Amino acid sequence: MIKINNLDFAYKNTQVFKNISLEFKKGNIYGLLGENGVGKTTLLKLVCGLQQPQYGCVTVDGYTPSLRQPDFLQNVYFLPEEVITEDTTPEKFIQKIGVFYPRYDFGLFNKLMKELEVDLSKKFNELSHGQKKKALLACAMSLQTDYLFLDEPTNGLDIPSKALFRKVISQYCSDETTVIISTHQVKDVENLIDPIVILDRDDVLMNASFAEITDKIYFEYGPERLQDAYYTEMLPGGYINVLPNTEHLESNVNIEALFNAVMKNKETIKNLMK
Amino acid sequence: MDFNGHKPIYLQIYDHVCERILSGEFRSGDRVMSVRELGIELGVNPNTVMRAFERLQMKEIIATKRGIGFYVCEDAKDKILSEQKKDFMEMELPEFFKKIKLYGIKIEEINELYKNFE
Repeated sequence: MIKINNLDFAYKNTQVFKNISLEFKKGNIYGLLGENGVGKTTLLKLVCGLQQPQYGCVTVDGYTPSLRQPDFLQNVYFLPEEVITEDTTPEKFIQKIGVFYPRYDFGLFNKLMKELEVDLSKKFNELSHGQKKKALLACAMSLQTDYLFLDEPTNGLDIPSKALFRKVISQYCSDETTVIISTHQVKDVENLIDPIVILDRDDVLMNASFAEITDKIYFEYGPERLQDAYYTEMLPGGYINVLPNTEHLESNVNIEALFNAVMKNKETIKNLMK
Repeated sequence: MDFNGHKPIYLQIYDHVCERILSGEFRSGDRVMSVRELGIELGVNPNTVMRAFERLQMKEIIATKRGIGFYVCEDAKDKILSEQKKDFMEMELPEFFKKIKLYGIKIEEINELYKNFE
């Protein structure tokens, strides 16, 4: 489990987190959402030890990431958004870094490259952007770490690759793994991410599972715009209204509408979900 | 599988498994694919599939056996059909009545059409 307690973090003069507390539980695929610049990437860097908190603490299964102990590092992988353009093949790259990860499986790497349809013979700098992202994803997943952090993993993937991405991530997930996916492309990860974490400047607005969300919030698809809705949006064929779930009805989370509803009613929804 | 936006995904997965039982793909006493396998096939979160399976278990459509996993219950088909019939009578039929009233269709006309349909 990842525990973040009273965390403060700033880059020089820019405050990113102020006294935030948050937990990530095992066996889940978390979706990390938030507007540009709220610190999604920074949060991922803090939990994998690439950044150090200025105040408060971050622990992962009792380890302090910023101490960068080998026992901790061998069980964590962070895949950044920017892709590397090394003059080497993904195969050579994974053989080089695989030695540091006890559960690394070269057979799995080959299987994933095949499943994701990446040309094995090409070097990183010969692959297209999307192919590079998929090759790096295959590398990351073949290390089989319990903690896998993915920063905007679907950017640049073509439509069939996005479906493949959902399949391989679903396959990766077990009772012992914690996957955190930071993304703006919520449609790409719909039905894959659960729970959802919504970050705001200095704050965490939501950390809830779909079951917890639909218990409190109702997503109504209908012909009209409702006045008491947190948020309303026109969809083809009608409106989606995001409402308090006063009558305990079941509905399907529309992540985009949820995100917009939270952004428009920060304090109300934050208190509602407590 | 295409999910629609309105119904909770776990309920759509529940319906999906029911359809596969009705079609005979999963037969009584047979092992159903695991939560993991179905999650991969559909590209959805395994926890969501688990929620669907819990409901299937609650409705006694599937059950667990140690060492086997989930299997289809003896009278699963009957249970699914009677549940679907109940849903149809309670949800779809009133909608249908509303429409024939709106369009001024007489029940005799419907009766005639139903005879020909048979």
